[in-house]
Amino acid sequence: MTLSDFNTLLPLIVLTVWACALLIVDLFIPKGRKGWTALLAVFGLALTLDLTLAQLGDSGAGFSGMITLDGFSTFVNALLLVSAMLAIGLAYGYVKRMGLERGEFYSLILFSVTGMMLMAQAADLVIVFLALELLSIPLYVLAAFARPKVDSEEAGLKYFLLGAFAAGFVVYGIALVYGATGATALSAIVSAVAARTANLTLLIVGAALILVGFGFKVAAVPFHMWTPDVYQGAPTAVTAFMAAGAKIAGFAALLRVFSLAFPSLAADLTPILWALSALTMVVGNLLAISQTNIKRLLAYSSIAHAGYILMAFVPFGSQEVQSVSVAAGLFYLVAYALTNFGSWGVVIALEQKEGRGLEISDYAGLGRKYPALAAAMTIFMLSLTGIPPTLGLVGKFYLFRAVMAGGFTGLAIIGVLTSLVSAYYYLRVVVTMYMREGEPEALREPWLNFTWGLTAIATVVFSFVPSGLFDWASQAVLKLF
Amino acid sequence: MLFEYIAIATLIVLAVIVALIAIGLGELFGPKKKMEEKSMPYESGMTPYGPGTRRMPVRFYLIAVLFILFDIEVVFFLPWAIVFRQLGLFGLIEMAVFIAILLVGYIYAWKKGALEWE
Amino acid sequence: MTVDLILFLILALVAVATAAGMLFSRNAVYSALFLVLNFASIAVFYLLLGAPFIAMAQITVYAGAIMVLFLFVIMLLGAEQLAPIKVLPWQRPLAIGLAAVLVAETAYLLILRAKPAADIIPPAETVNTLGELQRLGMALFNQYLLPFEVTSILLLVAMVGAIVLTKREKGERE
Repeated sequence: MTLSDFNTLLPLIVLTVWACALLIVDLFIPKGRKGWTALLAVFGLALTLDLTLAQLGDSGAGFSGMITLDGFSTFVNALLLVSAMLAIGLAYGYVKRMGLERGEFYSLILFSVTGMMLMAQAADLVIVFLALELLSIPLYVLAAFARPKVDSEEAGLKYFLLGAFAAGFVVYGIALVYGATGATALSAIVSAVAARTANLTLLIVGAALILVGFGFKVAAVPFHMWTPDVYQGAPTAVTAFMAAGAKIAGFAALLRVFSLAFPSLAADLTPILWALSALTMVVGNLLAISQTNIKRLLAYSSIAHAGYILMAFVPFGSQEVQSVSVAAGLFYLVAYALTNFGSWGVVIALEQKEGRGLEISDYAGLGRKYPALAAAMTIFMLSLTGIPPTLGLVGKFYLFRAVMAGGFTGLAIIGVLTSLVSAYYYLRVVVTMYMREGEPEALREPWLNFTWGLTAIATVVFSFVPSGLFDWASQAVLKLF
Repeated sequence: MLFEYIAIATLIVLAVIVALIAIGLGELFGPKKKMEEKSMPYESGMTPYGPGTRRMPVRFYLIAVLFILFDIEVVFFLPWAIVFRQLGLFGLIEMAVFIAILLVGYIYAWKKGALEWE
Repeated sequence: MTVDLILFLILALVAVATAAGMLFSRNAVYSALFLVLNFASIAVFYLLLGAPFIAMAQITVYAGAIMVLFLFVIMLLGAEQLAPIKVLPWQRPLAIGLAAVLVAETAYLLILRAKPAADIIPPAETVNTLGELQRLGMALFNQYLLPFEVTSILLLVAMVGAIVLTKREKGERE
């Protein structure tokens, strides 16, 4: 144990200490002044982000090979921290308005982010599992945060039961991988395979079980059943955080574990990943068409987007394509996170008490009454579809290019076709906003406005200068120690 | 390699045998007169009514959860105590961090009134 | 046939039988008690594998504390007796079919395709003494230091979660 061990994990340690301190400090902040807790939480996240960015270009391993620090983890951690800040920006006014204002809300978000960041840095399957639990448990609680509202309780319970079930798959998979190779460290798994001491059959079963478990977490078809109910029932601000954060962390772990530990299984796993990706895109988009509730619509949309991101995994076996596809996947995650927070922000602005204002028909007339809000929503819908001038288009472009380079043209075609299908339901929201008459009610809260405004601007501006971001993502390659 | 447990296994078997003997003797030599009063839950008490299962307040659950969490914590102490000398100061710091984190939880639970019986 | 193998087979039978009993009892309390038996037989598995500490932890934490919690929850809900539930007509056959496919797949992979068991890396030879616990302690507090500390954060979060979800805020209505 040396100082360099701590350096690899410094942002995470700081954030953990901050979260613990916030939990205690919040006890002394009187009710009705929880804005201070939110502010302190954002401050902690900003501090951590600063420390994370200071690690740019650093790499190393720590804690007996449990933790790794590389460009990939720094990139993902920065994205996670920004996501958490956006989530708090959305949540602050929302929890106040919905009567959910309790200080634990922000501590739990911080703890969840801790788990997500640990996931991005995990170099050992034991840490992967612990990180998975650490990010999930606060999310289960947050989903049920609006208790005793039945919807919220249902969401929390459903998420908890299925999440625990999925975690069981992950653990079983890890156990089989351990049985096959005698190791849980990613690097040791690779060397066991290289030294031909591993039982490849067991390894494949283990890897497949891990894939199933993470499939639940990132809501890939056919493990997506929980998503619409949970996203609909959970408080909207929590849903936004869940949709972005859990997905980013889940994909980060999948990318790292599969690219680093299981490249030898590529021949067996690529068809499975291909099918998973294609199925997720098709089913997610088709089921979204018939939705009338905006929360459910966005839930199915997030399933569909899991399918697009899964495309980045399909060529994980070939070294030269892999770095490009990892970069494309990371870029898409950024695009998805920004658009996701923006669109959920608009949903929050329109949501009234008792779950009113959540039908798509409630958006009628928004274009006339709240032009800025409607314009922002239009940008997000275009971005989710992949229509210029938005980041969603650029993200899809990079992704399709990467899978084409890997020789999976069929998958890219499915991606394009399902994007066309998705235009139908995304643009229906836009049409409703501008073409239908109605008297929508939207709230104006400074932090909320700031969040959706910022993400809308970022979604457009970055689409004109995507190369900087993509270059950063390209440097964020995975390293094995 | 399991021979060390033979003593424990013998103990378990003996305990079961003793219990069986006690019950068996009573069955064998005791008088058996079946009466309605005798098969009631409280032979000489009040006649119970209503279903025997009643919902319990959620407070019990909170206590049980807190108990489990601290129970798991204690499980970690045992291997720590055994290697404490080898680990030296480093081990002490490790456990101090562990306890400090759980102490945060304890303070939180205390201040929230989770340990009180409302 | 060594003693270990015979013991293993008996225990495996007990473990599977109690697991099935847990699933199929209509009474939730019986289910919980079957689960206790299941945990106990798994604890003996750990002994067979030369991990007495894990066996002890299994008994105290799982068969003891966690089962108490299970029984509490069962009583909290007042749901000892499972009411006949409405299921979709195709749900059960589909589930059985899919489970059968999974079992067949696993059996194929593990029995037919897997190479002889010699390939599976056996755990290091262990002895049931205090030395084993010492080794575990050294591993836990050196190599597995970080997972150990993360566990404490996990416990903290679980505690906060339980309190948030069950404890009424001051002034919150009943």
